[in-house]
Amino acid sequence: MTDKVLIADDEPNIVVSLSFMLKREGYEVLVAPDGLQALDMIRSDPPRLVLLDAAMPGMNGFDVCEAVRADPGLSGVRILMLTAKGRETDIARGMGAGADAYVTKPFSTRELIVRIRELLA
Amino acid sequence: MIQPGFVLAASFGYLVLLVAVAAHGDRRAGQGRSLIDSSLVYALSWGVYCSAWTYFGSIGRAALGGVWFLPIYLGPMLAMLLAWLVLRKMVRIARSYRITSIADFIASRYGKSPLLAALVTLITVVGILPYIALQLKAVSAGYEALTGGQGQSDMAWWRDGTLYMALSLAGFAVVFGTRHLDLSERHEGMVAAIAFESAVKLAAFLAVGVFVTYGLFAGMGDIWARAQAQPDIANLLRLDGLGFEGFQGAQWFALTLLSMLSVLMLPRQFQMMVVECVDERHILRAAWLFPAYLLLINIFVLPIAIGGMLMMGDAGAGAESYVLTLPLSQGAAWLALLAYIGGLSAATGMIIVETVAVSTMVCNDLVMPALLRSGRFAQAGGDLTRLLLNIRRAAILLVLLLGYLYFRVAGEAYALVSIGLISFAAVAQFAPALLGGMYWRGATRAGALGGLIGGSLVWAYTLMLPSVARSGWIGADFLDGPFGLTFLAPQRLFGLSGFDELTHSLFWSLLVNIALYVGLSLIGRASAREASQALLFVDVFERGQAQPVFWRGRARPEDLRRLAGRFLGAARAEALFRDHARETGTALDSLTADARLVDRVERQIAGAIGTASARVMVESVSQEEPLSLDDVLEIIDEASQVRVYARELEEATIELRAANEKLKSLDQLKDDFMSSVTHELRTPLTSIRALTELMLDTPDIESAQRDEFLGIILSESERLSRLVNQVLDLAKIEAGVAEWHTTRVDMKALIAAALRATAELFREHGTEVALDLPERVPMVLADPDRLTQVLVNLLSNAAKFVPKGRGRVQIVLLRQGDELVVKVRDNGPGVAPGDQATVFEKFRQGGDACNRPPGTGLGLPISRQIVVNLGGRMWLESRPGQGACFAFSLPLQGQGRSR
Repeated sequence: MTDKVLIADDEPNIVVSLSFMLKREGYEVLVAPDGLQALDMIRSDPPRLVLLDAAMPGMNGFDVCEAVRADPGLSGVRILMLTAKGRETDIARGMGAGADAYVTKPFSTRELIVRIRELLA
Repeated sequence: MIQPGFVLAASFGYLVLLVAVAAHGDRRAGQGRSLIDSSLVYALSWGVYCSAWTYFGSIGRAALGGVWFLPIYLGPMLAMLLAWLVLRKMVRIARSYRITSIADFIASRYGKSPLLAALVTLITVVGILPYIALQLKAVSAGYEALTGGQGQSDMAWWRDGTLYMALSLAGFAVVFGTRHLDLSERHEGMVAAIAFESAVKLAAFLAVGVFVTYGLFAGMGDIWARAQAQPDIANLLRLDGLGFEGFQGAQWFALTLLSMLSVLMLPRQFQMMVVECVDERHILRAAWLFPAYLLLINIFVLPIAIGGMLMMGDAGAGAESYVLTLPLSQGAAWLALLAYIGGLSAATGMIIVETVAVSTMVCNDLVMPALLRSGRFAQAGGDLTRLLLNIRRAAILLVLLLGYLYFRVAGEAYALVSIGLISFAAVAQFAPALLGGMYWRGATRAGALGGLIGGSLVWAYTLMLPSVARSGWIGADFLDGPFGLTFLAPQRLFGLSGFDELTHSLFWSLLVNIALYVGLSLIGRASAREASQALLFVDVFERGQAQPVFWRGRARPEDLRRLAGRFLGAARAEALFRDHARETGTALDSLTADARLVDRVERQIAGAIGTASARVMVESVSQEEPLSLDDVLEIIDEASQVRVYARELEEATIELRAANEKLKSLDQLKDDFMSSVTHELRTPLTSIRALTELMLDTPDIESAQRDEFLGIILSESERLSRLVNQVLDLAKIEAGVAEWHTTRVDMKALIAAALRATAELFREHGTEVALDLPERVPMVLADPDRLTQVLVNLLSNAAKFVPKGRGRVQIVLLRQGDELVVKVRDNGPGVAPGDQATVFEKFRQGGDACNRPPGTGLGLPISRQIVVNLGGRMWLESRPGQGACFAFSLPLQGQGRSR
């Protein structure tokens, strides 16, 4: 059975690259263009992993992450935060929100896939 | 008659009560609940002016000369009218510069001159001894009258009760006047006791007055009526009465002036009014309470005097003890005893305060300078506070013993009043130097010295020596002029006759005094130190806290500290330096001995040893640069500038704070900008990097897929370079380093050019473009390339947001007043009301993320910046659903000039 992975990002070109990479690795890919849709999709059909962009319009990635972690029914969902901001406070906030991993943009697809495999192992 | 033992016991009991009051005052001061911090107590303590001389002598004088006892009290009342002006200034000066005696006051004013201090002290001691003798004589005479004993002066000195009275008063003064070395020389217990004494003597005197007037007679009217019946007594009630041939205005004036001056210059008055003043504001109330006190204590003087003459039929020296003998003769022994206690309180109060004040002067201005000059004390270390106290104690004892000696030797020669007036005339010599020094900057040390020496020599010759001559110590023919030179006759100098001896002496001594004071001051030149002290005294109210410090030189803090320790004690010196460190915001061990610290130490030491000695001591531990008159003026100037600086500094601080806030918010803006820029840079970089890696790692990638990826990489690269260009562009414009090629521009031509550049965008989406341009428009002064950039930005924005296939963009050009306005209107979604305010901010892109057309979020900020730089404005007119209209205006004012 293939693992479902949700990509939540507002940059279409990044979504293109991430979904290509995940499909190549054999995952089932879902896409959400903003935070609210991402949270809806996580709740209605919990994926194994969410690649969550921190800066999104509507509801940002940190808030999505916190909302997921606050829901005991979603405890199996792993979350990997992606952000263009590499500042210490953002990392701390991401970790505080309950993310399982934190990767800054621009990322290496090779390293990212290693992290994804670890999280889904 | 009362038993001597009983009188002695009552006297002793009274002294014990006095000790208790003083101890209570000291204890309350120790608890910080000052007993004397009240204008009533302050005014009562001024009552020390009314000595035994008032108590007994006034009646004697009234019995001899009627209303002639009055000037002695009218003078002080008049002086009090000026109290708020003169006395408050004295108090402020004494406070500010830690002045503790009248000698110190005068010496400090004239350049902290030790010579002047010593001179004033000498005059005081010589002038005041008869006065102290007078007090002792009064108590002694009172005792005789009460007990009916023989003249005690015939007894051997060791059996004389007056001696023991003097000794016990010395004890009191030592205990409450020199208990500790107070920096401001204030003695709360003593002041409390003196105020108490003032109340006692007033009560006792009033009791006797009421007894005589309403007990022995039927009120004042009765006494006047009976007096009129006896011609020799009736004369007393007239100004041209007994003993005075015709009313002598000069004498009346002389006496009033004399007492006016003495109420300020007598050492005990200076001590009580100036040194012991707790709060300047008390002066205001005390200035009418004190005259009221004088009025009360004088009300019954004439009734008692006349009553006594009517009842006892004796107008001689006996009148001085009417307060005792009248009640006694009527069998009112208790009242007589009370009256005696009142007289005792008048005498003891005067003696205590006078000796304490004089001992401070003797110690600080005679003994200490001699000791310090001897070298032994100047060099040696160690705490000198105990030594200072012991010197003062010895001085108190010495002054009292000298007073006693004078009493034994010369006491019988004169009536009480005459002795008192000799003292008054002596201290009146201080008036020109003291009062002049407070108001006349030009007064010099030479003038003060000359005036004091001249005035007091004349005083001694015309008043002191004749009194000695009358006691038989020098031949009586001296009174007719030495060596037979009649024009030098001490009481008719240069043939001046027609005055009584006091008026005569006062006239000559003050004339010589003032003439020398003014003359020498005008002829000579003040030294820098005199000039600086003159400024500090005369302008004491002018500068508030920003007093200039007239000191330049070098000193070591350790030396100053050791010096302070010697005269103040280690604990006080420590506190002094600690306070200074705290007030200047410096660490205690990194204090530098600047002028302020040196001045502070000198002032504190001055409180202990006098300003003149303090000056010498500070000089001994520092290398001072002598000040010139120019330096003094310069320092004054600096001090007044300090106040201006302080105000300017305050304003500058506020401005700086505002600027700092602005900088902080600018800094925050810059941070936000950088953060946004990096975010905007990272996003395309992320796509480029990820897609490139993926293509590298997927050799078998489908060619369609690869083309899509390459297309994305290309557009993201373009986005990157656009972003970088725009960021740099904006930075240049904002920093004001962008190049502007301003020329006359035809806006219609520019719009056409911009439309050509964006034609492809509009054509692509089938957007219709409408132009609404007037026939002719004036030229504007602008940079055509920049302006084209603005137009292209607005047009491409419009192109991005209009609906595909049915887009419509309208360009309007019009003239509004002295402005040219360009509007670009579209039929897109418009700008939501919430976003309208921020649409010109950096990185605020319209539309939602997915449907947002490509852009950097810098186009509008740059456009607006350009328009603003060209002197115009840019704004948005938009209602949601009706499209957006971006507009800008440019001023036409350059057009007239270019034509």
